[in-house]
Amino acid sequence: MNNWLSLISANAFMPIQGTEIAAKVDGFYAFLLVSSLISSIILIGGMTAFIIKYKRQSANDKTAYITHNTLAEFTWSFIPFVIMMVIFYWGKVIFNELRAMPDAASSEEIHVVGVQWAWNFKYKNGIKQYTKDGISKDNKLGNVEKQVMVVPLNRPVKLVMTSNDVIHSFYIPGFRNKQDVIPGRYTSLWFKADKLGEFQVFCTEYCGLSHSQMPATIRVLPEADYKVWLDANKPAEGAVSDAGKELYENKCRSCHSLDGTRVVGPTWKGLYGAKREFESGPTVDADENYLRESILNPNAKVVKGYPAAMPPYAGQLSDDELSQLIDYIKSVK
Amino acid sequence: MSNVTQATHTATENDNYLNHEKGIWSWLTTVDHKRIAVMYMISILTFFFIGGIFALLVRGALFNSGENKFWSYITPEVYNQFMSYHGIIMVFMVIVPGIPAIFGNFLLPVMLGAKDVAFPRLNLASYYVYLLGAAIAASTLFLGKIDTGWTFYTPYSIKTSTSVVLAVLGAFTMGMASILTGLNFIVTTHKLRAPGQTMNKIPLFVWAIYATSIIQILATPVLGITLLLIAAERTLGVGIFDPNLGGDPVLFQHFFWFYSHPAVYIMILPAMGIVSELMSTFSRKTIFGYTAIAYSSLAIAAVSFLVWGHHMFVSGQSEFAGILFSVITMLVGVPTAIKLFNWISTMYKGSVRLDAPMLYAIGFLFLFTIGGLTGVWLASTGMDVHFHDTYFVVAHFHYVMVGGVLMAFTGGIFYWFPKFFGKMTNDTLGRISWVFVFTGFNVTFFPQFILGAMGMPRRYFEYHPAYEPLNQISTVGSWLIGFGFLVALVAIIHGLLAGEKASANPWGSKTLEWQASSPPPHDNFPITPTVTAGPYEYR
Repeated sequence: MNNWLSLISANAFMPIQGTEIAAKVDGFYAFLLVSSLISSIILIGGMTAFIIKYKRQSANDKTAYITHNTLAEFTWSFIPFVIMMVIFYWGKVIFNELRAMPDAASSEEIHVVGVQWAWNFKYKNGIKQYTKDGISKDNKLGNVEKQVMVVPLNRPVKLVMTSNDVIHSFYIPGFRNKQDVIPGRYTSLWFKADKLGEFQVFCTEYCGLSHSQMPATIRVLPEADYKVWLDANKPAEGAVSDAGKELYENKCRSCHSLDGTRVVGPTWKGLYGAKREFESGPTVDADENYLRESILNPNAKVVKGYPAAMPPYAGQLSDDELSQLIDYIKSVK
Repeated sequence: MSNVTQATHTATENDNYLNHEKGIWSWLTTVDHKRIAVMYMISILTFFFIGGIFALLVRGALFNSGENKFWSYITPEVYNQFMSYHGIIMVFMVIVPGIPAIFGNFLLPVMLGAKDVAFPRLNLASYYVYLLGAAIAASTLFLGKIDTGWTFYTPYSIKTSTSVVLAVLGAFTMGMASILTGLNFIVTTHKLRAPGQTMNKIPLFVWAIYATSIIQILATPVLGITLLLIAAERTLGVGIFDPNLGGDPVLFQHFFWFYSHPAVYIMILPAMGIVSELMSTFSRKTIFGYTAIAYSSLAIAAVSFLVWGHHMFVSGQSEFAGILFSVITMLVGVPTAIKLFNWISTMYKGSVRLDAPMLYAIGFLFLFTIGGLTGVWLASTGMDVHFHDTYFVVAHFHYVMVGGVLMAFTGGIFYWFPKFFGKMTNDTLGRISWVFVFTGFNVTFFPQFILGAMGMPRRYFEYHPAYEPLNQISTVGSWLIGFGFLVALVAIIHGLLAGEKASANPWGSKTLEWQASSPPPHDNFPITPTVTAGPYEYR
């Protein structure tokens, strides 16, 4: 399983399918391939036939004077239109599924940080798969040891991703999914691997000198082995949200409660995922990006009924601390 | 000659625009649209040659998957620069200005029976503004290089140490030239048509250039502002796109594609115009669906402004926006399909002759069909998530840009060469060049569709060894294309030096430019022609 590319099978050059959705994408791909092939045969075949059949005989050939034909023109506008709407809708259904995040209770959440030029992974329990100095020469494509993301089989995994520098893109060909990773905000991507083995990860947004040298591997383990791996590698310093709790105690406690009581600012109890109403502007769901903005720039969206009293924390928290704090907020149920 | 009531061959044999005035100075200060077109042709072909060399170097570097390249000079750093120069030169200096600046300039006034464009001095100014922009962009070769790719995506373009400011100022300046040219063509089309030549009697090439010009003057300012914002951010530290300064990097992508998607149609619409002319002339038959082709150009131009988000399905823009952009993009497919069917129907019951220009037009139809169909794949959100930023996209847009635009461009050169220079090119040489360009093109780019399906990302210097065989085929194909264009260059030089003398209308075409002598006199027509019939009256 080291080389998924060698497993290219009959599904017309697509990589081996690692998820249920990948199979759906490939079904759609097959439809596109066949319908395009038929269209090409009609267009290129018609063209070739006319070239041969109506070859010029003499310099003064008389030709038919046909300016238009309404029925033909309607037909070749309407049929492509219908086919394209089918393609649009089919693609939309798959896209919705690719982007419908799993619910937090049953899924595993892993943090991804893109840096020039490596992927860093961070687990809830504190496991860090970090490479500090980029990738060494003996640690290249297809032979990656450090950047391994271990995930469980048949359970949804949600990646919460951000970048430290420029835009990267997290692409897993085997899962037919990718998502840009953007500095200054969080983007997410999810998958449910249904095959054991290793799947290649590429960066697909040009990010400079070693853009081609930031591969990673997703290693899919059975649930039991995954648990064993999590416990075996659990670091001494504890879970990410523990660090977040410490930050809370030092910086946030005086204004935000954990049990629903009103202090100066809104409570954190049940905050993550809740609908928020503001003094002005439309309501939003409290997701990672909302939490990030409200910590760094709290006056952008002031919750209805509360004073705009919080100082901005932009520049005072590192990206790591920010994600620890957000993780902690998410854990306050 | 049924569409012109007065014979126009009264000019003296020897006086034409090429020898009307003598000396290099008379060329550099000319306001004759034909001479300006020739100067554009020399500049653009030179840039095309340079951009092509960068392409060959990029493909050469990709012959092997690992770092042990056939030429150790090409390090990842150098590769990224070559890749960027190839894109910037080909897009901003060759394909965007190419057809309008050369063929539009030369032919638009002649096809309309006019003496010149509406603003001849502005026309010359736009040439020098273009040259200045090209010079600024080229100066980066000696002043710090550029490694952002042609898209200048932020925040990388803010952080890189290469001379992004010079490069974007160059592109900004060339955009200015593009606006001036577009403005000139719109006014010319409206105000300088020959008596009797209503808008439904102008050649389809003019319709195409007209639609292109509208996009040019509406979209290019957005690019100009965006590029200036990058320059401001880099030099003054204004936070617009860099999140460290409070900016939004994805905003840049919205701005950039708001121009650069319409720019795709700035590139392809004039090529479609050329193909309409070639299909009719070489089938000796009236064009099928004149109105449909003309209006579909305008329809494409209009819709092209509403589809930029299809470059950003995985950029973090909202899911709903992605779906909306997807459905609007599908709508562009309809007028495009209409055009393809119309061109093919033009050959039906016609009298088809495969001279070199027509071979290139046929090549256009073949390659553009593939490029267009794969465009539908990419317009679909669910499929694009897998293909985005892989070689599938590279293959798709080369099928449209090279297989489409450059095939039509080269066909146009062979077709109008007699009109430009009064001499014929050697048709055999033209056909040989087509065989190599067409074959080489498919050998180069078809494997890239497969590489994309296999998941190979674009802009990779090193890649997984499993992708190597297809990359090697692709590189060999690029050599065939290079050879094919060299043969075309030989055909052009041979035509200039030793070509047979051309008659006024060697292809037996019905459009107005063939009623002027070859090459046309300084004022195009001794007497302003009167038009009584459409441009494709083969009866």
